[in-house]
Amino acid sequence: MTDGYSEKVMDHFANPRNVGEIKDADGIGKVGNPVCGDLMWIYIKVKDNRLEDVKFKTFGCGAAIATSSMVTEMAKGKTLEEAMEITRNDVAKELDGLPPIKMHCSNLAADGLHAAIKDYLEKSK
Amino acid sequence: MDNSATTAVDPGVTEAMLPYFSENFGNPSSLYSIGRQAKRAIEEARQKVADLIGAKKEEIIFTGSGTESDNLAIKGTAYRNRKKGDHIITSSIEHHAVLHTCKYLESQGFKVTYLPVNKEGLVNPVDVEKAITPETILITIMHANNEIGTIQPIEEIGKIANEKNIIFHTDAVQTIGKLPINADTLGVSLLSMSAHKIYGPKGVGALYIRKGTVIESQMHGGGHERNIRSGTENVPGIVGFGKAAELAKVHLPEEEKLANLRNSLIKGIFEIKESYLNGHPTKRLPGNANFRFSYVEGESLILSLDMKGVAASTGSACSSTSLTPSHVLIAIGLRPEEAHGSLRLTLGRENTQEEVDHVVSILPDIVNKLRMMSPLAR
Repeated sequence: MTDGYSEKVMDHFANPRNVGEIKDADGIGKVGNPVCGDLMWIYIKVKDNRLEDVKFKTFGCGAAIATSSMVTEMAKGKTLEEAMEITRNDVAKELDGLPPIKMHCSNLAADGLHAAIKDYLEKSK
Repeated sequence: MDNSATTAVDPGVTEAMLPYFSENFGNPSSLYSIGRQAKRAIEEARQKVADLIGAKKEEIIFTGSGTESDNLAIKGTAYRNRKKGDHIITSSIEHHAVLHTCKYLESQGFKVTYLPVNKEGLVNPVDVEKAITPETILITIMHANNEIGTIQPIEEIGKIANEKNIIFHTDAVQTIGKLPINADTLGVSLLSMSAHKIYGPKGVGALYIRKGTVIESQMHGGGHERNIRSGTENVPGIVGFGKAAELAKVHLPEEEKLANLRNSLIKGIFEIKESYLNGHPTKRLPGNANFRFSYVEGESLILSLDMKGVAASTGSACSSTSLTPSHVLIAIGLRPEEAHGSLRLTLGRENTQEEVDHVVSILPDIVNKLRMMSPLAR
């Protein structure tokens, strides 16, 4: 069962970082669709153009949870511009790769982060 | 706890098979003594498989798998009866070996009716009767479902099929050795079986063909297996299937104990809030339990169980190569997000009360942890 996942994926799945919601989040990114089995909500807290805190809630497979966890770690502390440049491949690479069929999950995590930043930018206009 | 996927080969089965890899390597078609020995071994195995389903030895054809048996039964009937008609009736919850064969036949010009099931996964015999047209040449309905374990009213459907003189096939891969089966009582003309679900080897299956039922061969060659399935026989595999069938018959009374064990699993897991049983409460395979838990996804459940040494399966899209949720769970009316949260635990001979208690003790924390992470949970 776990053959397709790297140790890093399993680590992030078993011990996900930054789980939960930020009550007074500055931006929320909601991506995915329960119909296809993945739903991701990314919460961000922004201070001085930097991501002070990033949290997530995810309904989905092992890869969906691991990529959510990874993207929060990658994004924390980055400027909004830097965070916008995190791609799905970056997330997969940081996890030492994902099975080909799971690549859409890592796509989702980066999308979720970008959606949260866009939400923040919209609100702060 | 994934005994519906496959089972470990019984040591008695391995022992029976071993000589047929070495000293008894003969080709059953050869006329000299080691060939005759192999031939005899096959015929003994045929008798044992026949005995398991109350059939005659001459009514059993060995194949390479349950899937091949389904293909042979369905295509063999369709092509044989093409001049009589072009309509096939099946259900929407069949195994892919049946569903995809029916889809293929549709591409070849046959017409197929896929009957719905109720929320417990039952086919209504009245629906079968209503679907019959003068063109109907085959009804194929599985004996019990591999995912949710629901046992179909095969005898009732058999009566209808026989009254109308239509060939009736059932995929009994999940039921042989688990339910008492008599092919005559069931009223089937064709019945598919597989060895590896009953502690036999992989790579061998069988098709029961009721005396008088004629189907078209799907494998042409040297005329093996009464010219229905050519190809040199898998002698060790067939011998193993025979032994597994013999043992399955001996162990059959223990299936009731297995059902009790399964019931204690269900009772334990129902302690988890918002957990549900998929399938029928009573008309289900003795070892089968299929649950769903609101707000969590099946693959993450399975990974979590796997980390604690428990093997299970799910109908979630995330664990399939097609990325679509199980057609069976959708057919019983579940929403996709509910289907994604399914967990199938199937018990076998080897499972113990301690193992059931272990699963019951670890699952609540696993479900809670995933729910804490889920945006769907409130």
